[in-house]
Amino acid sequence: MASQEKIGQNRLVVGAHYGTAQYIIQRVTAIILVVYTLVLLIGILSMSGFTYEGWRNLFTFQVLLMPVGQVLASLAFISLAWHAYIGIRDIWMDYVKPVGIRLGLYVLSILWLAGAAIYFIVLVWGS
Amino acid sequence: MAESGVKPRKTFRNISVPQILSYRLPPAGQISILHRISGAILFLALPIIILPLFAMSFVSQAGFDAIAVISDMVIVKLILLVLIWGYLHHFCAGIRYLVLDLHIGLDKVSAQRSARVVLGVSLALTLVFGLKLFGAW
Repeated sequence: MASQEKIGQNRLVVGAHYGTAQYIIQRVTAIILVVYTLVLLIGILSMSGFTYEGWRNLFTFQVLLMPVGQVLASLAFISLAWHAYIGIRDIWMDYVKPVGIRLGLYVLSILWLAGAAIYFIVLVWGS
Repeated sequence: MAESGVKPRKTFRNISVPQILSYRLPPAGQISILHRISGAILFLALPIIILPLFAMSFVSQAGFDAIAVISDMVIVKLILLVLIWGYLHHFCAGIRYLVLDLHIGLDKVSAQRSARVVLGVSLALTLVFGLKLFGAW
């Protein structure tokens, strides 16, 4: 067991800072989602009446023939899925102690969110 | 154990559910656990409730119109209300955490005050969206 190993009082804690990277990604994706939420909100409020065409246009508008609406929506959704993975992973880490079950939950969470991302991206680009 | 004459010290294991429910959290603790709960709700609802509704509204005019019909059902309104609260709470509490990460408002008094503000603002916004959802105007 690791707790039996003597590692000394002044052991220098080193690492690849994977945790720091996750911490920063969680916050950067949060900021992206705040910004995209406000973009959508302004878009909805500037519509003249809440119509189907106006709603659809929020996610499909073009700028100089470039599919900016789809690109922004897809980037926001990837941010959402990544943000949600880090958050749900923290929940499993805190409450689920058996390693095998926790690993299974990580895998299921990734599949759950990746499935959602594919669903959304295919939807805004394809239909 | 009792042979030594020393009373064994009480050991604290994981707290049980009744203890969790009777434990009074300070405002910052309340919004922290609600941040986690709202995040988990949104995670679970995303592929099975939120995206199917979005797909309906996005793909065709008929689907867009059908959303209004579906949300006439009270159960659907209640589900939407929970999701609206979840998003708004997660949004407001998340902004508070981003500000705290900048080392703003970290002292005990202002941290508890901002937690109460988050709780109040997210509930007030939920009320506004809820009134709209239930057709107050």
